[in-house]
Amino acid sequence: MSGILRLDGLRKSFGSNEVLRGIDLTVQQGERIAILGASGSGKSTLLRCINFMEVPSAGTVTVAGTPVGEEARGGRCYRPAELARLRTRIGMIFQQFNLFPHMTALQNVAEGPLSVLGVGRAEAEARARQHLAKVGLAEKAEAYPARLSGGQQQRVAIARALAMEPEMLLFDEPTSALDPELVGEVLETILGLSREGRTMLLVTHELGFAFHFATRVIFLHEGMIHEEGTPEQVLKHPRQDRTRAFIGRHSTFAF
Amino acid sequence: MEYEFAFGEILRDWDLLARGIRLTAALWVIAFVTALAAGLFLGIARMSPRRALNWPATAYIEIFRNTPVLVQLVWFYYAFPVLTGVQVSPFVAASLGLCLNTSAYCAEIYRAGLQSIVAGQWEAGRALGMSEATLMRRIILPQALRRMLPAFTNRAVELAKMTSIASVITVHELMHEARTMATQSFLPLETFTVVAAIYFILIYPGTLGALLLERRLATRGGAA
Amino acid sequence: MSYQWDFSPVWRNAGPLLEGLGNTLWLSGWSILLGLALGLGLALLRLSPSRIASVAALVVIEFYRNTPPLVHFFWIFFGLPILIGVSMSPFTAALLALSIQSGAFFAEIFRGGIVSIERGQWEAGRALGMSEARLMRRIILPQAVRRMIPPLMERSFELVKTTALAATLAYGELLYRAMVIASQTFRPLEIYTAVAVIFFSVLFLASLGMRRVEHVLRRGHR
Repeated sequence: MSGILRLDGLRKSFGSNEVLRGIDLTVQQGERIAILGASGSGKSTLLRCINFMEVPSAGTVTVAGTPVGEEARGGRCYRPAELARLRTRIGMIFQQFNLFPHMTALQNVAEGPLSVLGVGRAEAEARARQHLAKVGLAEKAEAYPARLSGGQQQRVAIARALAMEPEMLLFDEPTSALDPELVGEVLETILGLSREGRTMLLVTHELGFAFHFATRVIFLHEGMIHEEGTPEQVLKHPRQDRTRAFIGRHSTFAF
Repeated sequence: MEYEFAFGEILRDWDLLARGIRLTAALWVIAFVTALAAGLFLGIARMSPRRALNWPATAYIEIFRNTPVLVQLVWFYYAFPVLTGVQVSPFVAASLGLCLNTSAYCAEIYRAGLQSIVAGQWEAGRALGMSEATLMRRIILPQALRRMLPAFTNRAVELAKMTSIASVITVHELMHEARTMATQSFLPLETFTVVAAIYFILIYPGTLGALLLERRLATRGGAA
Repeated sequence: MSYQWDFSPVWRNAGPLLEGLGNTLWLSGWSILLGLALGLGLALLRLSPSRIASVAALVVIEFYRNTPPLVHFFWIFFGLPILIGVSMSPFTAALLALSIQSGAFFAEIFRGGIVSIERGQWEAGRALGMSEARLMRRIILPQAVRRMIPPLMERSFELVKTTALAATLAYGELLYRAMVIASQTFRPLEIYTAVAVIFFSVLFLASLGMRRVEHVLRRGHR
């Protein structure tokens, strides 16, 4: 079983600072993985290496059985066109939403199909409306991002990723930039997606949510996978001291 | 001390002035449109991490921004033909000089504008699988251009003033016609007063426009 | 196409060229000083509570900012003497044209610097019982000047470039000297290239200096 995504010996350094120190991970179709860890443990970088927002320093990323990039002297080399194609298959949701401020919610969601996939305008907009409806924002289609709350913006961003009909979704701390009262609606939307059997990877600080959301939990420490298992195992019966200490610090964690 | 102004005589030669205005406008439009296009490529080259692109662009921009535009025009009219063996007309030399000068300033406006777009916008576009060209055209430039608009309007105002310098290399634009009229009519005071007023009427709307754009941007915060 | 460069006319005329550069700098220096004084005066008028003074200053500033400097050179050199009955040397005409024009720009920088100080600073000073004059001197100006220095320097570089227009009045600054030498030696390419290099060196060094000043100013702030 090669899985939909496989990481082999993934490493990433920023200057002399080695953030990822050899990650091996295989993700099966339909798995939902929550990536936990203290700040600086490399969890965001790991996620961002999967769709090459950061180019790994070493190691390979294999998507649906095909390794990304080519072996060249001194490491792997990646062609921009190949990375662009790869990214159309992997959706990403950012901590800061990153909606395009000069476009309405509808235009934001239609933009990818329209300008990247080459779908016709009418069809792209129909698709966009459908996905906005799915995140519960059909009536906000004509609103500009500046007129939306943080929670609404993040839901539009989720619709924008879904409109590409990706094979997997990456969530990079999707609720960290939100006011506490707006977190719920975004988590609700993500849980809704998990019921559709989508492959998802999520970096989060919300341990309670991770417990309900994930089929597998990964605990990262100093750029390596320190512990992994089912939510039950990792969050309720952690074997490693560091994992236990980390969970202990999140006293608000309630199952 | 009591001087009798004779503006009537100047305005009788309105045809001459109108011809000058037309040429001034032509010079202004040609130089500005070409500079806007050239400046975009220069600005992007200036931002490139590749040294082979970045260095020549930086050198070009610094040279044109750190020499007087009159020296540039004189150089293109008198020196450039010696180098290339091609004699250019005063109008071509002036258009070329003004375009190159303005493109250097435009490049810096583009650079500042593009750099003002936060990293998240570039990332969001890339995450959708956009090529760099699509990303630039659909996401970055539409946002950046809005912010650059006041600076470009100011540049257009500066350029309009600069066109008068083309008179020195005998382009028959407004200033040149004025100099001819002043010597022929022996009425320099009236001539240059009228011409100053014409320039003001042509240029001031641009300055007002830039001011309005800046205010609108400030209240709208650049979005939507 | 293979042009034989010959810079010897430049070296032979180094004396007059350097003298021209000296005149360029002399004209620039006096114009900046006079321009700063005029600009300060215009800015104070502009900020004064008197509506007439403020509008008058605004008209002068806007007129000079929105008309080509070359027109001012010619108006002052050829037109103004008719009005006042005193003939004008090219230097005086250029000095007046340059300093009034840059004075208009300087005035906007002065005014912009002062109004850019947040209202809270004025209120804090007043709450301490400071007089307006003391408030201006102790609280507002020290902060405003810091913000004014970079644009004032930038505008001064613009002025140095504009001095080349004095060549059209036959004032013996760098470009005019070069024009005379070019017509005598028939070597316009070398002469005008040399002029461009000289201007570039002076202005580029000055802008490097400005970057240092900006750096120091930014570090000085908190």
